[in-house]
Amino acid sequence: MNVPLRQHLIDPELCIRCGTCEESCSVGAVSHNDDNYVVDAEKCKYCMDCIAPCPTGSIDNWRVVNSAYSLEEQFSWDELPEQEDTVESESGSIEAIDDDALALLDAAHSAVGNRAKAPASADTPSVNLYTKDNPVIARVVGNFPITEDVVENDVRHIVLDFGSTAFPFLEGQTIGILPPGTDAKGKPHRMRLYSISSPRDGERPNHNNLALTVKREISKVDEEIHEGIASNYICNLERDDEVRVTGPYGSTFLMPNDPGANILMICTGTGSAPFRAFTERRRRAMANAEGRLMLIFGARRPAELPYFGPLKKIPPEFLDQELVFSRLDGQEKEYVQDRMRQRTDDIHALLEDKATHIFICGLKDMEAGVNEALTDICHQGGSDWVECRREMLESGRYHVETY
Amino acid sequence: MNIEVSYDDLIPNNVGLSDDPKLKRALEKWHPGYIDWWKTAGPAGYLEDEVYLRTAVSVDPKGWAKFGYVQMPKYRWGVLLSPAVEGRTIPFGEHKGEPAWQEVPGEYRSLMRRLVVIQGDTEPASVEQQRALGATAPSLYDLRNLFQVNVEEGRHLWAMVYLLQKYFGRDGREEAAALLQRRSGDSDNPRMLGAFNERTPDWLSFFMFTFFTDRDGKMQLEALAQSGFDPLSRTCRFMLTEEAHHMFVGETGIGRTIQRTCEGMKEAGIEDANDINAVRNLGLMDLPTIQKKARLHYSLSLDLFGAEVSTNAANAFNAGIKGRFHENKIDDDHRLLNDTYPVLRLDDAGFKLTDTPALTALNARLRDDYSNDCAKGVGRWNKIIEKTGVAFELALPHPAFNRRIGEFAEIESAPDGTILSQQDWEARKDEWLPNADDMDYIHSLMKPEYGAGKYAGWIAPPKVGIDNKPGDFEYVRLDQS
Repeated sequence: MNVPLRQHLIDPELCIRCGTCEESCSVGAVSHNDDNYVVDAEKCKYCMDCIAPCPTGSIDNWRVVNSAYSLEEQFSWDELPEQEDTVESESGSIEAIDDDALALLDAAHSAVGNRAKAPASADTPSVNLYTKDNPVIARVVGNFPITEDVVENDVRHIVLDFGSTAFPFLEGQTIGILPPGTDAKGKPHRMRLYSISSPRDGERPNHNNLALTVKREISKVDEEIHEGIASNYICNLERDDEVRVTGPYGSTFLMPNDPGANILMICTGTGSAPFRAFTERRRRAMANAEGRLMLIFGARRPAELPYFGPLKKIPPEFLDQELVFSRLDGQEKEYVQDRMRQRTDDIHALLEDKATHIFICGLKDMEAGVNEALTDICHQGGSDWVECRREMLESGRYHVETY
Repeated sequence: MNIEVSYDDLIPNNVGLSDDPKLKRALEKWHPGYIDWWKTAGPAGYLEDEVYLRTAVSVDPKGWAKFGYVQMPKYRWGVLLSPAVEGRTIPFGEHKGEPAWQEVPGEYRSLMRRLVVIQGDTEPASVEQQRALGATAPSLYDLRNLFQVNVEEGRHLWAMVYLLQKYFGRDGREEAAALLQRRSGDSDNPRMLGAFNERTPDWLSFFMFTFFTDRDGKMQLEALAQSGFDPLSRTCRFMLTEEAHHMFVGETGIGRTIQRTCEGMKEAGIEDANDINAVRNLGLMDLPTIQKKARLHYSLSLDLFGAEVSTNAANAFNAGIKGRFHENKIDDDHRLLNDTYPVLRLDDAGFKLTDTPALTALNARLRDDYSNDCAKGVGRWNKIIEKTGVAFELALPHPAFNRRIGEFAEIESAPDGTILSQQDWEARKDEWLPNADDMDYIHSLMKPEYGAGKYAGWIAPPKVGIDNKPGDFEYVRLDQS
């Protein structure tokens, strides 16, 4: 079977034939004849160097195809062909091409299913530039525990550097990690997806790197300890180790770019990763944004809440945060949905505002509780959550990624 | 009170400004005058409003198009050069093959200074010409595009001023100051080139100007980007990336106007595109008037190339200062000492392609390249018309039409190249060029439309937003106070 390819194409109806793309392409993938500028699918490395210089947006077009359009075909076009039906998913929101990654993302987005839609103001993401068969090699430049080591939950902040290889991503996207080795049947270990916890310009501004927030998975079944292969591999990585990375993935769970957007972020545990990216993006690029940021973040105890220390330092006027703990000694269990109810008025006011986006990220278990809380909050405010959610989904303002 | 401006921070640059105290001082001295120029001669009004603009903060693909809201007087005009090509040699002329110059050779100093000054003079001139357009933009999207063009012309002025101040000593500093003193259309102290002293009175003119006249700028920059004087080459190469946006504004501005006209005609059942009154009754820009405007701006822009046969052009080429369009892609000896080029000339028998020494024919050659480039754009407009099913075809006029400079300055010709007596020309020119009625009609359509996502009735919305923004994006946040 042919593996579908995400082909880079130029829209001949929008293109003004200025030639900046051809000038900016370092591998000679862009060429032209008297009619059209075209991209050679065999040569394009998806480095995206041609995207920003294009004045028209015609360069930023993609089709998932079973076999690439030839240069001759592209030269003959007066307009771009429609996305072929044989390849599922709409061209605008292909979350991934790698089968495993797509399956994992589909599961993570099952609460919103195929209705998921990117925020209107989100930037266009690069998707699946690196595949299982053609991963990029990243180098570990940091591996830090971010929960206190007394807890059984070991959560790590991993920083990966891509050296001179382009790896453009947006806040909210995930990457795939390919653990080395094979399972008992001799099959390569499965890819796992992790949310990026850095903003688009890198963990350190203008460095070609990014961070992940990874929890070491250890479970006990019938007194037998099971270690998650990928997560343990990652948590054990040392500086300068090389890691095979795929992606980036995801084209709907993306940060709205509009500084006027309010973002309500609800998460548990390592579900905080994308929200760290969102918050840092706001801080770096739009520090005086009008839109509000609200974070409702649940963990068992402070010692187990990733980034607890740094979060405490963020002033409330920049990030309205509620840290919620379910296992505090001598206190009743409290979950994110409980704290949401305490903030009914504020959350309802946000929901009434068409500039508000909701993002939910964390364990699947949290979905039902959060949904109930939102139902109650709407009810008290005299509105209907089902209707509100439908409207938010349609306008790309409601996003769920759970696992 | 701290009023110190951090120039390292204020002026994004990749020319080591912080390590060059002399240059830094010169730019610091020049900067307040520039801001003053912007406030008094740049876009009228709009000093406080936030405009969604792209700013180049570095020349790598990631840094050269940062989008965000900015008040125009606070725009970060930078000094940015395309990265140096290691071991670059002079690509043409008598010094071909020698290492590219990093300093100005003394013998070519005045020639080069003049080229930089002329190029530099056009940049602020076009901003001045477009000063009043902000009052009548057909949408916030178009308003934003106008301002993007304006701030980038401003940056191009910075680029030329950088060259003057860095490489031309005291003369350069004086020229840099004079660039802020001349004014488009000023009877005492006008801009240097004729076409840059005309006002751009309406948006159709603006789109035509960015399509035709800025394209002359593109050709000139392409020729200078080949220069053996490396800083000039690198400066122009980077400017070309920005210039593409200006072509885009022109081509799509006209394209969207045509689109709306044809759609409106179809909706109203008008089959005859030449039924001007019927189309005008709908409040649309009729195609014959668009054709007239295209002829006007094309012919004025051809004049900017100067005399077709020119020893100045030959000297600049020989000296390695100004090359040809896509010099690096032309397959010849790049010296042209024994070559000829066919130049369209007029003799008693009529128009004839005449083999002319290639060195003196460089302006003609650049102009031909320009005409080809224009013709392709016009072809794309015709595709829009064709797609709607309206029967009409736009065409460029003969190069002799309405010319005041060069080979055909002394004669008059119809758009098809038929030579006319002065009397016939006077009698018929209103058929071919916009007349007073046409201009009155165009002016009558110039009403601002500043609702987010709204467009004036004579122009279609764009197919995609700037920076992929959605249709109702507020490209300019108008100051409410």
